[in-house]
Amino acid sequence: MDTFASTNSTTRELIESVVIRFAGDSGDGMQLTGSQFSDTTALMGNDLSTLPDFPAEIRAPAGTTFGVSGFQVHFAAHDIMTPGDAPDVLVAMNPAALKVNLRDLKPGGLLVVNTGAFSAGNLKKAGYDKNPLEDGSLDGYRLLKIDITKHTLQSVEPFGLGNKEAVRAKNMWTLGLMMWMFGRERESTAEWLRGKFAKNPAVADANIAALNAGHVYGETAEMPQGIHAYEVPKARLAAGHYRNVTGNEATAWGLVTGGKLAGLELVLGSYPITPASTILHALSNLRAYGVTTFQAEDEIAAVCAAIGASYAGSLGITTTSGPGLALKTEAIGLAVSTELPLVIVDVQRGGPSTGLPTKTEQSDLLFAVYGRNGDCPLVVLAASTPGDCFTMAVEAVRLATKYMTPVILLTDGFLANSAEPWKIPDIDTLTPFPVQHRKDAAGFHPFLRDPQTLARNWAIPGTPGLEHRIGGLEKNYDSGNISYDPDNHHKMVKVRAAKVAGVADDIPLQTIDQGEDSGDLLVVGWGSTFGAISSAVLGARKAGFKVSHAHIRYMHPMPKNLGELLKRFKHVLVPEMNNGMLVKILRSDYLVDARGLNKIAGQPFKIAEIEAEIRGLLASA
Amino acid sequence: MTPLDPPNPPLTRKDFTSDQEVRWCPGCGDYAILAAVQRMLPEIGVRRENTVFVSGIGCSSRFPYYMNTYGFHTIHGRAPAIATGVKLANPQLDVWMVTGDGDGLSIGGNHLMHVLRRNLNLQIILFNNRIYGLTKGQYSPTSLLGKRSPSTPMGSVDNPVVPAAFALGCGARFVARGVDTDAKNLIAVLKRAHEFQGTGFVEVFQNCPVFNDGAFDHFTAKDVSGQQQLHLEHGKPMRFGDDKGLRLRPGSLDIEVVTVGEGGVSEADLLVHDETNRAQAFLLASLEPPAFPVAVGVLFRSAEPGVSFEIGMHEQNRQARARGLGDINALMRKGHTWKVDPDPAGGEQAG
Repeated sequence: MDTFASTNSTTRELIESVVIRFAGDSGDGMQLTGSQFSDTTALMGNDLSTLPDFPAEIRAPAGTTFGVSGFQVHFAAHDIMTPGDAPDVLVAMNPAALKVNLRDLKPGGLLVVNTGAFSAGNLKKAGYDKNPLEDGSLDGYRLLKIDITKHTLQSVEPFGLGNKEAVRAKNMWTLGLMMWMFGRERESTAEWLRGKFAKNPAVADANIAALNAGHVYGETAEMPQGIHAYEVPKARLAAGHYRNVTGNEATAWGLVTGGKLAGLELVLGSYPITPASTILHALSNLRAYGVTTFQAEDEIAAVCAAIGASYAGSLGITTTSGPGLALKTEAIGLAVSTELPLVIVDVQRGGPSTGLPTKTEQSDLLFAVYGRNGDCPLVVLAASTPGDCFTMAVEAVRLATKYMTPVILLTDGFLANSAEPWKIPDIDTLTPFPVQHRKDAAGFHPFLRDPQTLARNWAIPGTPGLEHRIGGLEKNYDSGNISYDPDNHHKMVKVRAAKVAGVADDIPLQTIDQGEDSGDLLVVGWGSTFGAISSAVLGARKAGFKVSHAHIRYMHPMPKNLGELLKRFKHVLVPEMNNGMLVKILRSDYLVDARGLNKIAGQPFKIAEIEAEIRGLLASA
Repeated sequence: MTPLDPPNPPLTRKDFTSDQEVRWCPGCGDYAILAAVQRMLPEIGVRRENTVFVSGIGCSSRFPYYMNTYGFHTIHGRAPAIATGVKLANPQLDVWMVTGDGDGLSIGGNHLMHVLRRNLNLQIILFNNRIYGLTKGQYSPTSLLGKRSPSTPMGSVDNPVVPAAFALGCGARFVARGVDTDAKNLIAVLKRAHEFQGTGFVEVFQNCPVFNDGAFDHFTAKDVSGQQQLHLEHGKPMRFGDDKGLRLRPGSLDIEVVTVGEGGVSEADLLVHDETNRAQAFLLASLEPPAFPVAVGVLFRSAEPGVSFEIGMHEQNRQARARGLGDINALMRKGHTWKVDPDPAGGEQAG
């Protein structure tokens, strides 16, 4: 914890920022605990960033290391951009959670353990020969040992719950204790519990009692030396109306907002897949906002239904992750060939194949840009923060409809689940981009193009006089009819490419997000690495390095000035959560000697990892 | 959905014929089916602009190019999913899906299953020629056991699927059969399929003169069709040939062929076709020559068409929007939100 100012032990110590990790069995409710702590923290005016980390198994065998679920929250009295490199506080609900997470805890960090779960059986399941609470192996940390299970059972006893339900309240007891320690108010969680268990008030009351009991324990129990309560003052954010938002929520809201700005109904075709499913869930609850949601029989049907909907005049949307995008590629090619608007959201996860379903990665970039049969260009966008998912989803709708093209929006598992305070936009201030379906039969053929955008006109079934046929076979440039003519095919491939390339005239120029527009080193990122790169560049600049940061959100086509910008720096470093993809595009498109920094661990970059690379590169240069 | 008024003046077959040159092989059964459809549409009074033909890939799937309506020639096997999207976007459109035995039952079998069980209000015409034509003659999922083809020179060891039985098994609520060369009866079942408020599935036995010529001759050739086809009519006894009929074998769930007037069998002993009986439809779908005639006409029409998928979805949309389209600004401000006031000192940071 960065110490803000020391006070005596009877009052709260002021600290500037803190990183807490809650860890337990996947059935221990750690995600709920973490998100409740985060919501309260946001309401109290801190800036924050979260990192949920959970196993692919829904309920892995209790007590095992592979069933450990974690939720990290970083909050501060200042602007922050990442969930924090290493926790200052680790809450371990059982031996397995301790085993998995201890290596990340900062030296001297606070370790809160539930001794009630440190049974011989649980120790053995976690792979401990000896009890680490007793063998001195934790001497490098400030250890707070509490039998949370016992205290929880006592606190909920009056409510007559069964043992299983009673024990389950221990996450609320723990939350209460942490809320005491960091001066958080409990009311919003109590209110949330009353809503969640509206049909079972006894369970709500018992959980609230556990929450309060944990808090009281903090107030009254004698704490070991060096453990006390803290205060993290409010951060100063820009004036406005805020909420916490995850990337998947923001994506869903961005899509419906895009639909409204385009004046179009949306039809979502989707198939459940981690970590994209919550977009399907969110949109399924937004039927009142102009979206029809269809859970298809598979990924292919999902995108095909979206294409059918676009053909019929709505905007087709499909949401997926890597394996699903692989299945959709042939259909996306059909949408490219028939020049229909389509938005594909790919919430990337670890690959190849099934890979790491619940872990984050950025390894679909080359696939999104190039991965289809034939010369098959489309627009690729990438969101850089949870809130940016909203902006880029709106942008995806705008470009898809204006250019009659599929647009792939890349987000990732980290953005999908991570939350940050977000200044809620006023959609009435956004510029509408109304779509006009063609009505005029004079001179019509389906592949007539707008001379400016090269987009074909969008004529939809139901319109008298515009009856026409389209398909995946090559079309004659001048009539839209099937054509196998060699010169015509050459021309059509070129015009489809020119149309997508022309989008570069309609997107913002690349900006330097931090630092000067020339210097020793430009760190170029894309997607969810924004926070870590930004913080690392800030650190390096404070140390006097001439380093800048540019973050790309338009992956294909790229901003027109990007090549020129890259050449103003002596070195270009590209940190990516993959084995080197953006770096490959930059090298091939702009002939710059960009080098990669690759982390392929299913986890976001730590700030320190990027900062060390910057320092190393510039020190050896 | 309220049906659109028929066009005035009425349209003709020519109005439904596009300007594109038809490119099927000479003698292909597809020509006859195309002609039947082009004759049938003016008779049912549909509008060209409201009619959409959606197809997959294969010889049959070229069909939309030849219709002067809206048309979408999509990708292999996926026509049901594309058609589903079309209907979800605009339930008012009159959608016909054209597919084949390979497109519909092999690569697209999954989608065909789901469009049938969802019971979208559209028509599916499955051209069954028991062969892959466009890829030059490989055996298909409806090819008979032992079929020799470029990919099965020693004969196929795949058991074929029976399209009508597949459709019934998927929960289809309207299942019918026609023969390419029998325009009169084909037009009649297509009209019945269109009339049905749900998925109307029509299998057409279609001859491929190049790669599987005569595959259905044993029951479609002029000299045998009378003896080998059972033309189903709702409420009528199941008679075929001069004096043959079908009855339930006493004490079993099997069907047997009997001769009326022999062994004391009278017409009253024959099964009477009940279109609304799914179990009977299964029995009829599985009848195969030479022991049995091939059942053609409407095998099954559910007495409970139910709510088609797109209508159910739009009814939910209507309910969700009963008080108008939602306010996105209000939506995003629901739940835990907070306001940050401008810093009076003016030292505000970027958010």
